[in-house]
Amino acid sequence: MWVVDPRRTSSAKFADAWLGLNVGTDIALANGVAREIIHAGLVNEEFIENATEGYEEFKTHVEPWTLDVTSEVTGVPSEAIADLAHGYATAPTAQILWTLGITEHHTGVDNVLALSNLALLTGHVGRPGSGLVPLRGQNNVQGGGDMGALPNKLPGFQDVDDDNIRARFEKTWKAEFTGEHGLNLTEMFEAMGQDTLRAVWVIGENPADSEADVKHARAMLERLEILVVQDVFMTRTAQMADVVFPAALGWAESEGTATSSERRVQRIRAAVPPPGQAKQEIEIISEMAKRLGSTTWGNPTPQELWDELRTLSPMHGGMSWERLETEGGIQWPCPDEDHPGSLFLHGRLWERPISGRKAPFSCVEHRPPVDELTDEFPIRLTTGRVLDSFNTGVQSGKFDSPIRSGDALEISSEDAATLNIVDGETVRVSSRRGSILMRVKTDAELQVGLAFTTFHFPELVDINQLTSDATDSKSGTGEFKAAAIKIEKIESMANV
Amino acid sequence: MNEIPVGAPRSQIEVQIDGKQVKAVEGATILNICQKEGIDTPTLCWAENLTPVNVCRVCVVEVEGSRTLVPSCSRPAEDGMVISTDSDRVRKSRKLVFELLDSSVEMDRSTAEVKEWMEHYEVDSSRMGSKNEIATVAQPPKIQDSLYVRDYERCILCYKCVEACGEDAQHTFAIATAGRGFDAHISTEFDVSLPDSACVYCGNCIGVCPTGALVFKTEHDMREEGTWDEETQEVTTTVCSFCGVGCNLELHVQDEKIVKVTSPADHSVTSGHLCIKGRFGWQHVQS
Repeated sequence: MWVVDPRRTSSAKFADAWLGLNVGTDIALANGVAREIIHAGLVNEEFIENATEGYEEFKTHVEPWTLDVTSEVTGVPSEAIADLAHGYATAPTAQILWTLGITEHHTGVDNVLALSNLALLTGHVGRPGSGLVPLRGQNNVQGGGDMGALPNKLPGFQDVDDDNIRARFEKTWKAEFTGEHGLNLTEMFEAMGQDTLRAVWVIGENPADSEADVKHARAMLERLEILVVQDVFMTRTAQMADVVFPAALGWAESEGTATSSERRVQRIRAAVPPPGQAKQEIEIISEMAKRLGSTTWGNPTPQELWDELRTLSPMHGGMSWERLETEGGIQWPCPDEDHPGSLFLHGRLWERPISGRKAPFSCVEHRPPVDELTDEFPIRLTTGRVLDSFNTGVQSGKFDSPIRSGDALEISSEDAATLNIVDGETVRVSSRRGSILMRVKTDAELQVGLAFTTFHFPELVDINQLTSDATDSKSGTGEFKAAAIKIEKIESMANV
Repeated sequence: MNEIPVGAPRSQIEVQIDGKQVKAVEGATILNICQKEGIDTPTLCWAENLTPVNVCRVCVVEVEGSRTLVPSCSRPAEDGMVISTDSDRVRKSRKLVFELLDSSVEMDRSTAEVKEWMEHYEVDSSRMGSKNEIATVAQPPKIQDSLYVRDYERCILCYKCVEACGEDAQHTFAIATAGRGFDAHISTEFDVSLPDSACVYCGNCIGVCPTGALVFKTEHDMREEGTWDEETQEVTTTVCSFCGVGCNLELHVQDEKIVKVTSPADHSVTSGHLCIKGRFGWQHVQS
């Protein structure tokens, strides 16, 4: 196991090797690894020839990324890069797993493409034990996308602008809708700023705490003509709302399904009744539909909705409610009731000749983080998560964990010494967007020039005032992982 | 490049168990066969999601040609083996093991199946003397945080917690056996308090403890108050909300409140093991 992370995390301590790269140099590293695999003659020629396209162009593209150049840009020793390249390429099976350290950059999509190139070079995709594995951060974030909670997709990842597909949905839903794409989250905030989006209904999210450059996000939410929030708690976003719909808690108070990282659809079940006036989310949405004038919506049960989905989304077709109950979860695609579900995707790349389109190599460029390090803002701040907390702490903050940490700004002992600050001291931390007070925790294992904190405690530390306003132009995801900050000693608390 | 490795083929063997000829796959343990044949076999240190450590000896059976009784949990069955699971010798041995444990350790908060086995084997530990006359491991429970109670007067040293903390699940290695003989006990490094140890509070040790030595603080407090009522508790299986792994949670609910969380050991996603958020992060449901 190799761990690639700017910080020496607990996973890194388990690993055979840790590559502590500079923040935002993932593409550089992947391109360097690719070049080394090519030059060492470790590519899977048969797979490249039969299942991929664009290899020659890709080979030329990564040629400048010698071990020395890659080492210079990433800060990782050449030998470690070569070791990773050889280890990955020669393993009988190998997986690349990642989370938000890859995607929360202004190059997030390109970062993923750069990793995909490595799987295509070596054939580590589409067979048991090999693959590309994005680990999801919530129990049903996969299911949300599967169900069409995306600006351009209907349930089952079907294109909303395909007239034939839309016609099937319109027939079942007894309603007409356009094929126009919606907005992703970043675009929604832009539209709020332009007053082209004036009414927002937030379901189970807390953007007033979780968005990067959060002062801006709060200002945008304030501008709205009406903000409706449906949640299980009075989050900061709910406190800003004109109307709040108290909702039953999905995983413990509702019936339904959740789809895990490995595409496994499993049943969630109600163990306790929802408190007070909280209603099931399906009931809230159905009642809203009626008040908006729908006469066809009715009062569907979770199982009825699931059965409808099976008629519309081919990849869910074979997953009957009974099978979900008895089989302990089924992985999509599962097109019919005799299908066991799919342990892995992209197996078609091993068919000879392959059916459908060959997998393309992507020539992606290293582009450093948008929020530049300068003499004024010399420290790189990266935010993340710790074991016992969850996102903005709305849920995990309610249990009393003996190992709670993460509200302090972690910096290297060397930087602390340079700044003349000690462990536990309160300092002023500023970026180009905001300035807050934070407690410092020195960490001997952090690299010089790197700072880390979580965003689990927004009531104590409003860290997203500092995070970067840069976003990925393809996914809209914010660059949470790379802000430039300065840390200032407070000479007298009286002046704060 | 497209072959799927399936390992070497395993041959079938045949054994005689309690007079009945049965077939099994080579490599199966005697306990595997007992379970498949519906022969109820007591176990304390064995769990389906842990490697057998072979210490408790309540699962022993008699094998023809073997001088001593053999632990069924770890002994692979061999072709032609003749096994008795309910001979006088086996029954006496199982009864004695339970009696010796029960004479020095409080067994009254053991799992329901352990209590059933003790009843079945007519366990009478008073034969060993009364508890205030003989050496016991009596001691007050260790309560060092708001999640765990370590009540070591209930510990039978089955090592399951050590296995779950170590190589069989969590790879944290926060606890191990310390001391020798009657002083042997489960301890953190240098006996530091749990919050100061390497413990990551996954609670996987609680999940495998057969005697109630490791319990949720919620369960401990309710038992002390006399409000713990397992018979009225309902168990609902759902999916943890805290990440995308898809661990199954069994929510134990009493009077419409979650009182503890377990996870099914036979589920393919995590084989019954959880993290701190899944096992303890449910307070928000009732806040």
